[in-house]
Amino acid sequence: MKSSLQNLLKYPSAVLGMLVVLLLVGTAIFAMVKIPYAEAIRLWRGGEDVWYQNPKFAPPAWINNFSSKKYAESFSVRTTDGSLEKTVTPGKEGTASISINYPLDFQYDFYPQEMILYVTSKYQTKQPFLSVELLTPDGRKIRITNASLGEKLTYRFSQDQKLMTRLRTEDVFPVLFSDPKTGQPLKGQYQLQISGTTFEPGSDIDVEFVFHGQVYGLAGTDQSRRDLVVPLLWGAPVALAFGLIASLGTLVLTMVIAAIGTWYGGWLDELIQRITEVNLVLPFLSILIMIGTFYSRSIWVILGATILLSIFTGAIKGYRSIFMQVKESMYIEAAQAYGASSPRIIFFYLIPRMIPLLIPGLVSSVPSFVFLEASLAVLGLGDPVLPTWGKIIQDAQANGALYRGYYYWILEPAVLLMITGLGFAMLGFALDRVFNPRLRDV
Amino acid sequence: MAVVAQTPSQTSGAKTSLRNSTFLRVSRYVVVRLLTLFATVVVGVYLTIMIANMGGYVDQIMRNEVRDTITQRIALNPSMQKLDPAVRKQLIEDTISQEEKRLGLNVPLAVRNARYLSNALTLNLGRAINMTSDAGSKQVRLIILERLPATLLLMGSSQLFLFFASIFLALGLSRRYGNFWDKLVVALSPTSAVPPWFYGIFLILIFAAIFQILPFGGMVDSPPPTGTLAYSLNLLKHLILPASSLVISSFFLSIYNYRTFFLIYSSEDYVEMAKAKGLPARDIESRYILRPTLPNIITNFALLIITLWTGATITETVFLWPGLGRTLYRAIGLYDIPIIVGSTIIYAYLLAMTVFLLDFVYALVDPRVKIGEN
Repeated sequence: MKSSLQNLLKYPSAVLGMLVVLLLVGTAIFAMVKIPYAEAIRLWRGGEDVWYQNPKFAPPAWINNFSSKKYAESFSVRTTDGSLEKTVTPGKEGTASISINYPLDFQYDFYPQEMILYVTSKYQTKQPFLSVELLTPDGRKIRITNASLGEKLTYRFSQDQKLMTRLRTEDVFPVLFSDPKTGQPLKGQYQLQISGTTFEPGSDIDVEFVFHGQVYGLAGTDQSRRDLVVPLLWGAPVALAFGLIASLGTLVLTMVIAAIGTWYGGWLDELIQRITEVNLVLPFLSILIMIGTFYSRSIWVILGATILLSIFTGAIKGYRSIFMQVKESMYIEAAQAYGASSPRIIFFYLIPRMIPLLIPGLVSSVPSFVFLEASLAVLGLGDPVLPTWGKIIQDAQANGALYRGYYYWILEPAVLLMITGLGFAMLGFALDRVFNPRLRDV
Repeated sequence: MAVVAQTPSQTSGAKTSLRNSTFLRVSRYVVVRLLTLFATVVVGVYLTIMIANMGGYVDQIMRNEVRDTITQRIALNPSMQKLDPAVRKQLIEDTISQEEKRLGLNVPLAVRNARYLSNALTLNLGRAINMTSDAGSKQVRLIILERLPATLLLMGSSQLFLFFASIFLALGLSRRYGNFWDKLVVALSPTSAVPPWFYGIFLILIFAAIFQILPFGGMVDSPPPTGTLAYSLNLLKHLILPASSLVISSFFLSIYNYRTFFLIYSSEDYVEMAKAKGLPARDIESRYILRPTLPNIITNFALLIITLWTGATITETVFLWPGLGRTLYRAIGLYDIPIIVGSTIIYAYLLAMTVFLLDFVYALVDPRVKIGEN
């Protein structure tokens, strides 16, 4: 075993492959620790109230590093967690004035998509009052809105008819963020000034300011404003689990069935061979599509069907011919002589001999299963609950991502899938050469 | 494959009895082989039928769907709203039972499965349930025939290119193994772990989205250009990306496999001997390396021809290529069992026939192989 490992390290592709696999395992563990399963599902399936802070179709923020024109980054701040500062000055007769200032550093070449204020207020009978102003770097003060508050108010800058009329425009952001002389975006320190007044003790105002730019976060967002970091991270454990379980399950079951068939021989062996031939006739992908369409799209059902259909393939014939040779060896005869039972011979004498052969096959068949999951997802048969790489690609395809230029949306999961596939394949190839010395010379 | 060295003890004195026994052996083999293959096809197709209706589960879906659509249709029809409720209810029930009869839902599942099976085995493909061909026919045969050329064009061009190119290049590499190109192919062979549709997405991204020199998908422009030449060129333009993605995905592994295979054979003693005799490299390749590997190459070729039939479902979906794979995928979505069964039975027959014929081909190309001996 030790010498095998040393042999393996001689292949640069094996080292690279191992690094990729370790990195993936690391990512998978990180994903599961950082975003627990329930939280991941909530973020992925939650609904508009989970995703409202994000813009739609936003590329990741790091594309600014590759572009000479800078895209506006999205963010959101709120008074409830202190990211938006609120000062309350008590006044006469239970009134209070509340002032919330947000310094908005605008250094971008594109206007924001949307700015939204979510205002919640507490009061008994007298509604609080709120006014919003924007202070530009060149010292102009633009009045945005005045409103007396209900319990909840959602104010969208782009939807305010009064503001449009006042600014004499249909699209408010170019006016708000431009130099009036040149018409170009005006970069610098803006100041969003929100001042509120409450009219009774215990009354209070909380504000959340959401800024939708063109770019968002580390991975961007999709058609329903979901942060792609979640499915990209969670794709790793799902892909690894599917690939490894399918590959391990298939190989171990194939080997056990081949061993049992060879050992007992007779009708059992014949039956296994006939099943293998029937399985060749069955349309593999069609059956998986049928199960996905008619029965269940759950990844575990698909996994089970995949393993069942992958057991009786050409591999079983390969194992059978090797077991045939092993069956005649002296040590098997010795085991029979001391009275070992058939199951004992199969599981303790025949199968362990094959484990070196199992390892390369195990590693090299992982990519095909990982990509099978992605393929089914692309056909619209991905698991309805789990966030996976294949589902991102399917969403992107369904929304015409390539056609509309949202390349990040396809490239991110595609590159991850590619790295996973190539990593396992390279490692598997090298393992094959180490464990099958016949191949090493050629 | 039965490989047996000829025993020298068989002398010419027993020639007639030998010929007789050869005839007997071959015919016994043919009968047994055909029977087992047929049984395999029957079981395989029956299983597919069972899966295609999930042991009756799909029936329930279809029944509910029929009831839903018909109730809706009659409830929303203004001329029927004036009818007496009892009469209308009766009408709904009648229409539902009529529609269920059309779909064959009134017959027990086991009978229907047996009917599907016997029709399939006699290649009586029947009528589709929901799908129609572009020309408007519901005949499964016509639906399949309509899509066949598209699939044959895509799969044929890519797979045949792949086959001949990889054998040709593999021969070249095995001649100079260990050089730069050889190492490159070995290093690149893991790229075949990635399926064709995946390369397809990258190709679309590069050539259709960024450079905009090739179309995103489809088979011809809409409206299609008039004139044979313009039409063919247009077809070719649409063919490049899907065909390349099919080729790229298997290219390096295919070369690598053939190269390794040829290398094993070129280290045989008789090849060394031929080299020592000073035979030209071309002769050595065709007589001493390609000849013994011929059975394997023929097998690969025969299996390749069968895979042309199945099409590439996902690649066709990604490129919106109107081939058989995509039709099959759509048929599954529409619970169209006759099309699923039709496609499976043809594949099963092709495979069984190929497996059967290959045994004879082996005996023809390899004199050591005798049919029916093991």
